[in-house]
Amino acid sequence: MNSFAEFLAMGGYGFYVWMSYGISTVVLLLNVVIPIIQKKQFLRELALKQKRAK
Amino acid sequence: MSIVPEFIVRFYHKTASPPYFYSLSNKLLPWLTAIFLILLGYGLYGGLYLAPTDYQQGDSYRIIYVHVPAAWMSLFIYVVMAIAGGISLIWRMKIADVVLISSAPIGASFTFIALVTGSFWGKPMWGTWWVWDARLTSELILLFLYLGVISLYGAIEDKRTASKAVAILALVGVVNIPIIHYSVQWWNTLHQGPTVTKMDKPSIHLDMLIPLLVMATAFKFYYAIAMLQVAKVEILMREQNTQWVKKLLEDK
Repeated sequence: MNSFAEFLAMGGYGFYVWMSYGISTVVLLLNVVIPIIQKKQFLRELALKQKRAK
Repeated sequence: MSIVPEFIVRFYHKTASPPYFYSLSNKLLPWLTAIFLILLGYGLYGGLYLAPTDYQQGDSYRIIYVHVPAAWMSLFIYVVMAIAGGISLIWRMKIADVVLISSAPIGASFTFIALVTGSFWGKPMWGTWWVWDARLTSELILLFLYLGVISLYGAIEDKRTASKAVAILALVGVVNIPIIHYSVQWWNTLHQGPTVTKMDKPSIHLDMLIPLLVMATAFKFYYAIAMLQVAKVEILMREQNTQWVKKLLEDK
């Protein structure tokens, strides 16, 4: 492989290869990001509840 | 005297305790993430750049480096869930329930990835996005099993009943796993036969095989990371009224 453009072209299969990698990346990222956000949100709500109870 | 050595019993009870599992997860996560990123980096570099172009499929075969590890993970995670389900039903271990339900979305994601990347590989090679052959159909059933576990758990209010129901479903569904694995041998499928897990010698070049195995290992680490992240939320929600969670909030 000589150039970056050639690398991206993947011998004419660029669309299929990069769609596969792209979709996989998005799905795998969401799987980690969503629980981290959920955890933050939940702890914030729980802290509020505790403050109110006091 | 029990036949199980004392230290195993102690380890079992310790890991089974939610606060210990929670803090252990926090300690492990940075290491798991570091190892995952290194493996992923090498796997992608090896698979997309170093590995030679296939003489039949050109560069389209490079989809293999997500497709096959994802498909392996879709089976592996289901087996983990079934084992966790068994442990939960027999020993009523709370953490086994947490592992089971936290694995489900990740397993579903890997199944989805295996199906979608398979489609993107099938289109240029077979000329079709989808065929109803045994391998593809049984993998689609696996996706429905994962989604079934997730929705069943969500549908039952009482989490102890929900855990039991989900454990049974996971155990029953495990019959699909050997069907998926052997589907390419039992039926005449459009999907190609095994190239890596053949008994004698894998029919794949070493330069192509190594990145594949590295990616498969990377995905195992990814599973551990994602599962622990989901498990942490699940544990916090289940244990929200306990002393250790209250203390966790105060310490923040």
